[in-house]
Amino acid sequence: MANKVFKGRVITAGDFIGEAVVSHQGVNTLATFEKSAIMRSKHVKVSDQNNPDIFNKDITNKILCLPLTIGSTTGGMVIQTICNMGSNPRAFLFSEPADSIGLSGIILAKVWQNSNVICLDSLGDEFLKTVKTGDKLEIKSDGTVIILS
Amino acid sequence: MIDYKMKLEPNLVKILKGEEGDTKRKILETLVIYGDAFNAKRMVKITHGEGHLVTSFGTPIITPVYDCFDEIIKAGLKVKDGFTMDPRPLDHDGNVKYSPLDKLINGTAVFGKQEYYEEKLEKVGLKDKDSFSCTSYLPECGNTPKKGDILSWSESSAVNFANSVLGARCNRNSGMIDVFGSILGYVPEFGYLLDENRKANWIVEIKTTKIPEAQLLGSAIGIKVQDGVPYVKGLDKFIGNKLDEKTISYLKDFGAATASNGAVGLYHIDKVTPEAVELGEKLIKKDAKVYVVDDAELERVFKSYPIMWKDKNAKPKVCFIGCPHLTYYQLIDWHNRIKAELTKKGLNKVTTEVVLNSAPKVLAHFKKDHPEMYDEYYKMGCKLSSICPLMYTSNPLTHSKAILTNSNKLRTYSNARYEFDDKVLDLITGGKF
Repeated sequence: MANKVFKGRVITAGDFIGEAVVSHQGVNTLATFEKSAIMRSKHVKVSDQNNPDIFNKDITNKILCLPLTIGSTTGGMVIQTICNMGSNPRAFLFSEPADSIGLSGIILAKVWQNSNVICLDSLGDEFLKTVKTGDKLEIKSDGTVIILS
Repeated sequence: MIDYKMKLEPNLVKILKGEEGDTKRKILETLVIYGDAFNAKRMVKITHGEGHLVTSFGTPIITPVYDCFDEIIKAGLKVKDGFTMDPRPLDHDGNVKYSPLDKLINGTAVFGKQEYYEEKLEKVGLKDKDSFSCTSYLPECGNTPKKGDILSWSESSAVNFANSVLGARCNRNSGMIDVFGSILGYVPEFGYLLDENRKANWIVEIKTTKIPEAQLLGSAIGIKVQDGVPYVKGLDKFIGNKLDEKTISYLKDFGAATASNGAVGLYHIDKVTPEAVELGEKLIKKDAKVYVVDDAELERVFKSYPIMWKDKNAKPKVCFIGCPHLTYYQLIDWHNRIKAELTKKGLNKVTTEVVLNSAPKVLAHFKKDHPEMYDEYYKMGCKLSSICPLMYTSNPLTHSKAILTNSNKLRTYSNARYEFDDKVLDLITGGKF
């Protein structure tokens, strides 16, 4: 099977090959990260019981594929904090234009923590329909995402 | 200096060049990158200078926040008109029970930096020690924007209320972005600041046989529309078209659920909220999707909530009422309902720990106007607090507790079990599942 290629808008660039974890619904940032962060876990085990796609999954150093983030406006600060702790997903791939909270977190982490977190958005609905949890993805700094077969 | 796309006024260009210090440069740089990502054409002045900040909890892990506040203080920057905060995470007045182990964990791993953090907040412009509530927009709290005001706020439910019920203009800003905009007095102009983005891309038709529970309806809409702007038709026949205290209380709870279960920052209620009254269906985009809410749909959504209690028939250990914080109207209403239920069942006191949450200044108003009701709450076994119940559940020891609530927002972020107001009333007065 041929590799599938998608192109997104670059929010923060980087090259990375890693494993996808896919949420088809909006990711509630506070509900997702809070418990692991409070426990200072080195790995984030998703604690949002309302999101069956990713509940209980380890997303540290993975590629989180999502439509957008939802919920609390602490979300940006939460992303900044987990980036500072080093337990963040290595990349956030938004199928939609990134929302204000998710994007704030990425920008705060970049400007204030000099984080190497990668973020692309506007990858399109087809991306989220195609990518599956466990897929191996290659992200390029020009915004290309390849689902490696 | 970073490359940027938006047009900046000369005074802002100077800041971005670092001519007013590195910290101010980084603050503006963050806001410019943020605005550019949303194709903001310019930065605009905020017209309501009082900020509202969401990050009220001094948990040790948020070192980036402390570092940032330290930089701000060192640079001599502050919010000129002051700011209010979300509720404190702990109650030190004996209104919430903590075991010795709870106290130990709260005082160290979970909120061990609370005093340290509040000292920083005071230096940056915290209005006063009673300015901790998620409902700082209520009249008693004094941070109430006018229609059309541009804000730099966070707290999903407060932004949602300010946009929808007050007609102010604010994006769903994150913690830290909120204080940056308030310090500079500028925010990037995009999203809900612009007329075209205040139009509804969802029509919600209410076809229920009775008034929907505010927080269940809000949840259903939030889950469906996510970050959309819903225009809700048919609700006015249940809640009336006057923005009185009862309706404001309903919309506060409704909005909080749309914002926590989804990402709604603005909604319109036909014939009720200010822009819907002014513009009516002109606010609806031509290609708006339709979501019909009837009794069956609400039942489906309610049944979809996972119950996280180990023993699903357990007696509630503690019940939190008021997330977001209760209004003055709701404090009176809950008092009367609990009293009537106890009388009906021949009881003197509630049968579980019950904590009703409200802003310090709303509680003071209530106590002043109704001292007998205030005392009676305690005689009935209830406690009044200004805690953030959501933050109460940050302590890992609470995860196995059977926490009951009428808040869909609290349900979303914790293991608390959500029930309707009537069921909560029954359960705290001896009823069973």
